[in-house]
Amino acid sequence: MEFKEMFFMLTKGTWDTLYMVLISTLLGYIIGLPLGILLTITDVDGIRPNPVLYKILDVIINVTRSIPFLILLILIMPFTKAVVGKSYGTTATIVPLTVAAAPLIARMVESSLKEVDKGVIEAAFSMGAGYFTIIWKVLVTESRTSLLVGVTIALGTILGYSAMAGVIGGGGLGDIAIRYGYYRYETGIMIITVAVLVILMQILQWAGMLLSKKIDRRRGK
Amino acid sequence: MHKEEIIKISHITKRYEENAILEDFSLSVYEGEVVVIVGPSGCGKSTILRIMNGLEPIQKGEVTYRGEKVDGKLGSITRIREKVGMVFQSYELFPHKTILQNIMLAPVLVQKRDKKEVKEEALQLLNRVGLLEKKDSYPRQLSGGQKQRVAIVRALCMHPEVLLFDEVTAALDPEMVREVLEVLLSLAKEGKTMVIVTHEMSFAKAVADRVIFLDGGHLEEEGTPAEFFEHPKTERAKQFLNTFTYDKVERE
Repeated sequence: MEFKEMFFMLTKGTWDTLYMVLISTLLGYIIGLPLGILLTITDVDGIRPNPVLYKILDVIINVTRSIPFLILLILIMPFTKAVVGKSYGTTATIVPLTVAAAPLIARMVESSLKEVDKGVIEAAFSMGAGYFTIIWKVLVTESRTSLLVGVTIALGTILGYSAMAGVIGGGGLGDIAIRYGYYRYETGIMIITVAVLVILMQILQWAGMLLSKKIDRRRGK
Repeated sequence: MHKEEIIKISHITKRYEENAILEDFSLSVYEGEVVVIVGPSGCGKSTILRIMNGLEPIQKGEVTYRGEKVDGKLGSITRIREKVGMVFQSYELFPHKTILQNIMLAPVLVQKRDKKEVKEEALQLLNRVGLLEKKDSYPRQLSGGQKQRVAIVRALCMHPEVLLFDEVTAALDPEMVREVLEVLLSLAKEGKTMVIVTHEMSFAKAVADRVIFLDGGHLEEEGTPAEFFEHPKTERAKQFLNTFTYDKVERE
């Protein structure tokens, strides 16, 4: 394969991967953030305990998270087809990626919010704050460093999942690595593809950590 | 002269599982009065403050605020909480908010007051406790005594009718204790209604209009500071006050 051809293929693959990862993480947060907040406030020591609701959410999330991504991908194909119109390609892959991301994100949000000091929450209550103020101005604002670390982890995990989707023609870098590296024995292309994935992961991680350090008021300058 | 009753808790029973923390306890706080609650650790002092602010559910009894019963509903509690300021032992400032943001949060979001007006007042109050230059700092950049003074300002900025202080100097070094207690003394001089739980006996003597001595979840003794500290009536109170004095060691 010519260099120019390969360059275009990899650029397109990188773009496809970023598109899948960013959109599904965003959708994952739209579903996962409220779920994580619900888990936090309905738990026994939350601000609005509700054992039944907590247990229901807890079970759903655990079940979804137990399904290996590759199986989930195949399992929800009919659903994907119903939503997007087809079951392969980058846009279609966003569906299973979001389904896998949401429960993971819900758990990470839950653990971030639970780090907020109970005393601070109590102080907010003592000043007459309602649930809405406590959730947004205390729970979410005070755990933002941890939440941002969570975003970094989520992006990294989804990036890994997106590569797996290559197996069923999901598009993106994973797809290229499998098609050329595995089926056509073009090891060179596979290695370059993997290298691009590694670089993407590094950039995400580095940017996430830099940003979370910058907004952390408990440490640093 | 009879002053108006602000908070009244009557016949309160509070249990944690099987242990009774408070047993049939009643207390009224009148306008402009400084009530100091003293007693051994675990006697239920802090619980009284937490009940007055609706932070602690109770099994029996009732809390009334200016004659109005406070029920368990959040709406009813939040209305009272705006009027009852509380300062905690470990400050409980929001770590990710600046000093000014810490103070302005509740007046702006809970009381829906004008931001500009609140900011002006916050700056005035900070100036009063000598912390104006810290307005844009974050809590971790402050000493314990400074944090506690900010916490007091945060409570004051809500214009509370009563201030509750829960062992506010217990976590502080002696010199910082002084700077915080000076603030409390000046508030008392202004005629603010306060309920103070403390272990600082000489401070209690100086600031109190009325001393409540609590032991094992019930009222042991009540009186003016002069009566209580100079001539305690009960054996238990004498014993308690003795724990603050030491006999000179006689060497052989």
